[in-house]
Amino acid sequence: MAKKTYIQAITDALDIVLEDDPKTLIFGEDVGKNGGVFRTTQGLQDKYGEDRVFDTPLAESGIMGLATGLGLTGWRPIPEIQFMGFSFEAVDQIAGQLARMRFRFDGLRTAPVTIRTPYGGGTHTAEMHADNLENFFTGIPGLRVVMPSNPYDAKGLLISSVENNDPVLFMENLKLYRSMKDDIPDGKYTVPLDKANVVREGNDITVVAYGAEVNEALKVADSLAEKNISVEVIDLRTVSPIDTETIFKSIQKTHKVVIVQEAQKMAGVGAQVASAIAEGAVLSLDAPVGRVAAPNSVYPFALGEDIWIPRAKEIEEKVNEILNY
Amino acid sequence: MANKPIVDFEAIKNNLTNVSKPIQVLNENAEITDQEIFDTFSDDDLVEFMKKMVWERALHEQTMNFSRQGRMGFYAPTEGEEASEMGTVLAMKKQDYLLPAYRDVPQLIQHGATVTEAYLWSRGHILGNKYKARSMMPQIIIGAAYVEAAGVGLGIKKNKEEDTIAFTYTGDGGTSQGDSYEGMNFAGAFQSPVLFIVQNNGFAISTPRAKQTAAPTLAQKAVAAGIPSVQVDGMDILACYAVAKAARDYMVAGNGPVLIETLTYRFGAHSSAGDDPKRYRTKEQEQPWFDKDPLIRLRKVLEDKGLWSEEQEDKLVDEYKASFKESIKEADSVPADKVSDMLKRTFEIPTPEMKQEIDKFEAKESK
Repeated sequence: MAKKTYIQAITDALDIVLEDDPKTLIFGEDVGKNGGVFRTTQGLQDKYGEDRVFDTPLAESGIMGLATGLGLTGWRPIPEIQFMGFSFEAVDQIAGQLARMRFRFDGLRTAPVTIRTPYGGGTHTAEMHADNLENFFTGIPGLRVVMPSNPYDAKGLLISSVENNDPVLFMENLKLYRSMKDDIPDGKYTVPLDKANVVREGNDITVVAYGAEVNEALKVADSLAEKNISVEVIDLRTVSPIDTETIFKSIQKTHKVVIVQEAQKMAGVGAQVASAIAEGAVLSLDAPVGRVAAPNSVYPFALGEDIWIPRAKEIEEKVNEILNY
Repeated sequence: MANKPIVDFEAIKNNLTNVSKPIQVLNENAEITDQEIFDTFSDDDLVEFMKKMVWERALHEQTMNFSRQGRMGFYAPTEGEEASEMGTVLAMKKQDYLLPAYRDVPQLIQHGATVTEAYLWSRGHILGNKYKARSMMPQIIIGAAYVEAAGVGLGIKKNKEEDTIAFTYTGDGGTSQGDSYEGMNFAGAFQSPVLFIVQNNGFAISTPRAKQTAAPTLAQKAVAAGIPSVQVDGMDILACYAVAKAARDYMVAGNGPVLIETLTYRFGAHSSAGDDPKRYRTKEQEQPWFDKDPLIRLRKVLEDKGLWSEEQEDKLVDEYKASFKESIKEADSVPADKVSDMLKRTFEIPTPEMKQEIDKFEAKESK
């Protein structure tokens, strides 16, 4: 057991899967000698050699095509897209190719690929570096989308993702990379790819969140606890699939729900959760579904981020609104 | 200010071609232009090449017939491209990994898929993708196979597979896709054994080669990625085979990728789905290419040697077409796919939501 940041937890997981399975490969832009622009793969090339951990030319579709082809020849690739905004360059290879491999071949040929990519606002990066594109990628059948909210989950979910025989998009939150530390058990452990986590139990209202917004929701839960309001916080952990069972169970207890996301409001994870509730648990509610999301604009330039991204303040306002409905 | 510019761009532009003239063994009049290479082929080899082209032409004709009868799904005509397709694929070995595009179904069959499987692929049935041949399914997205081939080539290299390469096809239009360059560049950077074959058949559906790029040849696009490339007469099966074999020999000796541009022609429409070449090209433009028909060329050589006759060819065509009729009957007898089975193929371990969908459809299907 040791205190580790989100980045260190990811490095730890990568070290374990490289050690465990000689077929795993890590590649992408600057992941080799440089250890990645965030040092997530630091030390891994030295330890496992250039055959297993290597730099690629600068081309995202090429990186994904490499992953598909390596998967076809028996390897277990863990490619990195340096920033999620760059993944637009690779949409055919991810959506049109990788995610369809099992469906096309009925398992005869597969793509056991885990794509790692950082996303998320709050660090004032250049354009296309912070876009949260889960709304886009959760619409792709055959692809799992994983969004850990803390170092412990990051390690366990990454190991599960690599061990899964289908493609997984593993989204790493930039803001969380160095901002929090957890006690991380040494060695291997896994976190399931289809189970949400109740991170705070409560009775008055349910807040469903994922990624960096889980910590914001927990701040709200702490703040409202002082006013004797008990908030249940659910961390989705994976946004494809979404564990609706855990959400429904919570709503049956609290009868109120606020769904929080950092991404734009349109046609995404929050909308999917709301529609699942409307289909499967609407009669448990005694107030409208509350939603907290960014407006449907282009992702803002760096100086606009802090006012554009909804955080604890906006969540608390919405929770109060739904509680007082 | 100096009158003379520091660099003469026009002179550079006029000297861009760094690919030698197309390789030929037989010219358009069926005259041997490279005796040394010609002599590497036995009489049996020549007959075998002819049989393969007759087979591909018969496959095309019979399949188009099935298509007119409404018995096929999407299928791309191949008439005119027999030398390019058979010549290159016959130089490959079974352990080589094929990444075909949709006009490369004949090569896929040569590489080990059955005609029945090819027909099921065309119709859109899962069993059309489950062949044992070491191959991807015919790629619909133009260019996608090039980046994937770079990965397969690297996989072969990492597996230390002896005497094995990846080979992939695209067309003249395909060379305009960014993925084509990325694939070549990755294969070059990793020096992985990938044979890129560009079948330049003159048209990307209706857009002619001249409108596709300002590059004087398509072969030279590989040069920018550090890959040796050649043009070959794509209506000369002996040249196509000899060049593909030389490329393969070069790569299995431990060298990196090669690109071959075959100069060929799509005699017919783009696809079986309503394309009409009369809209974008004239008989006068087509005729010189029809005269270059690869079957005419080799047939003349064989007839001169007393190795081939019209009766023999007719008999073969009948045999081939009869076998294709058997294949389509076999395809007809395959039960329809079930939605529940399709759903099960989305993930190895179904998600909770998928489990519910599977249950729902299984209940419907059992009624």
